Amino acid sequence: MSGFRQGIETAIPALRRYARALTRDVETADDLVQDTLVRALRSEHLFHGGDVRTWLYTILTNLNRNRLRSLARRPILAPLGEEDAPDLAGPESGARDIERALATLVEEQRAALLLVVLEGLSYREVAQVQGVPIGTVMSRLARARAHIRAFLEGERPPLRRVK
Amino acid sequence: MTNRTPIHEEDLHAYVDGELPPPRRQEVEAWLATHPEDAARVAAWRAQAEAIRARYGAVVNEPVPSRLAVERLARAGSAWRRAAAAGVAFAFALGAAAGWFGHAVWEAPRPLAAVATEAVEAHRLYIAERRHPIEVQAGESHLIPWLSRRVGTSLPAPDLAAQGLRLLGGRLLPGLSGHAAALFMYESASGERFTLYCRRAKAPGSAPSYRDSGQVGSFSWAREETACVLSGPADRARLEGVAGSAYRQLEQRATRTGALTAD
Repeated sequence: MSGFRQGIETAIPALRRYARALTRDVETADDLVQDTLVRALRSEHLFHGGDVRTWLYTILTNLNRNRLRSLARRPILAPLGEEDAPDLAGPESGARDIERALATLVEEQRAALLLVVLEGLSYREVAQVQGVPIGTVMSRLARARAHIRAFLEGERPPLRRVK
Repeated sequence: MTNRTPIHEEDLHAYVDGELPPPRRQEVEAWLATHPEDAARVAAWRAQAEAIRARYGAVVNEPVPSRLAVERLARAGSAWRRAAAAGVAFAFALGAAAGWFGHAVWEAPRPLAAVATEAVEAHRLYIAERRHPIEVQAGESHLIPWLSRRVGTSLPAPDLAAQGLRLLGGRLLPGLSGHAAALFMYESASGERFTLYCRRAKAPGSAPSYRDSGQVGSFSWAREETACVLSGPADRARLEGVAGSAYRQLEQRATRTGALTAD
């Protein structure tokens, strides 16, 4: 197997993790990963060195944005389940809370936060993946964190349309 | 507070995310010790990150579903390409067979008709291609020398700008009985496509003659053991102008280059 393909293969578990957190749905997430891999393998000749992992995150992030845009024709509210308040108790409540909190974020903020805290990318790498300056990455992070904090502390922010 | 530079919110994020150089880290830590509100924010952000990792971190330990196996996806990709290539080859075999039988049964004494049949098949197949109508772009300097060499005769692509047609480029095709054929493709501003198909053929010299093949019309002629077929939309008057121009240009240049390169 070529070094390129090996690099791709090694990245799959992390890509699945990122996609799962991004979409919060197992099937949708693996569909995204599959599309990402197919696209990457097809574009092997376009890849001129650099970090394969960052490149894969970029493809996946873009594919997910395209997916949401095509869904956005119909106004879609971030899926929050039947009630939009954090659970009060239960061992799973923390996990479900964070899931719901993530669901209320604007897409670019969610992606920036997940790339940093879940995938461990540097600000510079996230800027590369999102195609924006580092300052924009930092303001996305700041807004995401403020929003989640407000959500978890019960000052329920208004539902936002997923862009 | 003895820090030299004031601590901003960005510093707090960079601190949580390990993006600060050690000296600045210490300044932030000193700041947090005396600013409980900021310390609470930092703690909340860390708790969020922990919760996110606790919720999704274990995904990396799940077995990867077989549909995501790289070797399999790569194979599927190349299998698809092979199937597409085989499809083209098969379409050609059909076209060539149709041309050959047509030739054998109806037009045995007219090899030019066989070339015309191949040409119309190639025209139909490639004008429908949106992404890969040609193999080599018109701008590439090796297009003409390459096709001329492979076909075995000087093949300057005629300039059909006066007819409103732009040369897109060309490709090499397997003609009947082992003769390589060149296909030049032209396009009008409105997207109509015309092709010029040329190959060696033992056909007596002849002036362009028209043939209607349903949607596609073509003019074929032969000269010095080279047969050429110009195909396009079945509009005889229009096609006659285009074919006439191509015919005259090839005629002139063949005469000229024939004298220069007697090889």
